[in-house]
Amino acid sequence: MKNSPKKSVPAGKRKSELAGELEQSGSNSRQAKYVLRLYVSGSTSKSALAIENIKRICEQHLKHRYDLEVIDIYQQPSLAREEQIVAVPTLIKRFPPPLRRLIGDLSNVKKVLFGLDLGMRQ
Amino acid sequence: MAQKKASQPSSKTLPKASQPYSKTLPKASTGIQGLDEITGGGLPRGRPTLVSGGAGSGKTLFGLEFLVRGATQFGEPGVFMSFEESISDLTKNVASLGFDLDRLVAEKKLFVDHVSITRSEFGETGEYDLEGLFIRIADAVQRVGARRVVLDTLEALFGELPNPGIVRSEIRRLFNWLKQKELTTVITAERDQPDKLTRHGIEEFVSDCVILLDHRIREEISTRRLRIVKYRGSTHGTNEYPFLIDDQGISVLPISSLGLNHDAPAERVSSGIARLDGMLGGKGLYRGSSILASGTAGTGKTTIAACFVDAACRRGDRALFFAFEESPQQIVRNMRSIGIDLEPWVRKGLLQFHAARPTYGGIEQVLLLTHKRITSFQPSVVVVDPVTNLLMVSTQNEVRSMLTRLVDFLKTQGITTIFTSLTAAGALEASEADVSSLMDTWLLLKNIEVGGERNRALYVLKSRGMEHSNQIREFVLTDDGLRLLDVYLGAEGVLTGSARMSQEMREKAVVTFRRQELETRRRELERKRRIFEARMVMLRAEFEAEEEIIQQTISESELLGQEVAQDRGQMVLSRQADSSSYKKEGRAKVAPVR
Repeated sequence: MKNSPKKSVPAGKRKSELAGELEQSGSNSRQAKYVLRLYVSGSTSKSALAIENIKRICEQHLKHRYDLEVIDIYQQPSLAREEQIVAVPTLIKRFPPPLRRLIGDLSNVKKVLFGLDLGMRQ
Repeated sequence: MAQKKASQPSSKTLPKASQPYSKTLPKASTGIQGLDEITGGGLPRGRPTLVSGGAGSGKTLFGLEFLVRGATQFGEPGVFMSFEESISDLTKNVASLGFDLDRLVAEKKLFVDHVSITRSEFGETGEYDLEGLFIRIADAVQRVGARRVVLDTLEALFGELPNPGIVRSEIRRLFNWLKQKELTTVITAERDQPDKLTRHGIEEFVSDCVILLDHRIREEISTRRLRIVKYRGSTHGTNEYPFLIDDQGISVLPISSLGLNHDAPAERVSSGIARLDGMLGGKGLYRGSSILASGTAGTGKTTIAACFVDAACRRGDRALFFAFEESPQQIVRNMRSIGIDLEPWVRKGLLQFHAARPTYGGIEQVLLLTHKRITSFQPSVVVVDPVTNLLMVSTQNEVRSMLTRLVDFLKTQGITTIFTSLTAAGALEASEADVSSLMDTWLLLKNIEVGGERNRALYVLKSRGMEHSNQIREFVLTDDGLRLLDVYLGAEGVLTGSARMSQEMREKAVVTFRRQELETRRRELERKRRIFEARMVMLRAEFEAEEEIIQQTISESELLGQEVAQDRGQMVLSRQADSSSYKKEGRAKVAPVR
């Protein structure tokens, strides 16, 4: 996969779309910020594993340019409905496009990177 | 045992909530017409039921109706999890059936969730479970306080999620969870192979109740069938039951659950033809009996039925006329030509027509429509004209089973019914043998062909439980109705038409001739008497004349004798001779003594 799609997205469009969601965490302003949502269910081992895995991956591959939010659907069932969550854990890559949904505990790092369009970098 | 059909109310009165039909297994009424009867009270309460069927067999509707009826009739809110159709599509689709999903949702009686997943978005990165689905169901159940859940084509998950092994085990877990929560659940599944109930074999997790829906096309006519494949812990009907989807949802028709336990009223009703009543023991037909009027084309079957309807309306009874061959207008017009005006009854609301070609729908459509119309109109008289048209849409076997059900149903309702039946010429009695056994009274109409003309004749082939005439009667359609005529028997049986008329005339001639002959004889006798009397007068006159003469002669000769004797006495006295010899000679002796 290409490693440059983040660059190709115009900053203006990005802003307008994600103004509310983006958190300023980035140091590298030239690279697009990743917006990730991880939906888990309570404190099961699968949930814990998924959280651990995504945090590690983000730190390794997207340092300072990701926005990760972990949502416990037990707490917010209506969010599960809105986001069409069926399987958990589900990781949704909201940005950059295309939108991707990855299910499972994210132990298969290769697949995760592939899904996040970070495959080539590794 | 506990859910014996006899103790159950008819299909139109739905039981309140879920009655405990069985002591061992509580059931949840579906509210779907007829289904509660064949399941003995509904679906297993608090357990999952699998509803399987091919594409377009009515699974989604089954599920939705189960929820809507539950929410509106039994106070049990429900959750609909749709894995295929979107909420707006669902709402639109069932609006035509009178189900207002939006309103039910607003009233918190129903919760609809559309589970939409697209495979292309997914990648599997490790272990997962379907907790998201569980949570969504649990949340929905909690929001409306649901007692019922429908999972519409749960198996869609297999196509959209990776790793079927996980999906399987999660579905198994879901069923256990639903059971544990005591939710009465309907799970629909697509059936694409005839030897399998579901595509992915999820029926093995549902051990309580499996219902199969089938939509088949045979000879270009579609029929829908429902069958209960299994129902653990409960007796149930095992047949295939026809069902129909119409503007009131699903109606399942129980085939034989009605049984043969209807009343047999002794009350009699007129057939509308006075002399036909006369043939039926003088009192007419039994109320609530079924009558078959069969005959070849143009023998007056519809007319007989119309007379019956007319008589019923005159009594103030309601009549329902199922016309499978003619339009109501045509029937009204035709009957008017023989002096039967049905229109006033239609206007008064006593008579309703239901006219449709049976080919319009399948046989069960006809049957269910018939049921519905009868249930809503509550007539005391029904005409089905003709039943034979039903054969066009189905096999003989199905028609018979349908008629059995219809007849049972009508009898249970105490409705007197006339079925007309068109028979092929030549096989009058044989072709009806299967239908006729269902009927109480069988009127056979036929055309008698004699002397270059056809005339209508009628006879009562059978009539259960009453004495009836065994005679073949001719009938004519006159300006003022149908009239049975007197019987004229000739050498070849009953005389009809002009043969009858000529016989009538002949008989009239004979009578006249006899009368004339008698008159002649009487006059001759009179004449003879007069002659005799005249002669008597003459003879008497002659006799008198003769008598007179004779008398005269007698008196003359007596006189003469006296004179002679006197003279002789004188002479004896004067002569005084031979007195002793005269003594021996009587008179001669006396005379001389004197």
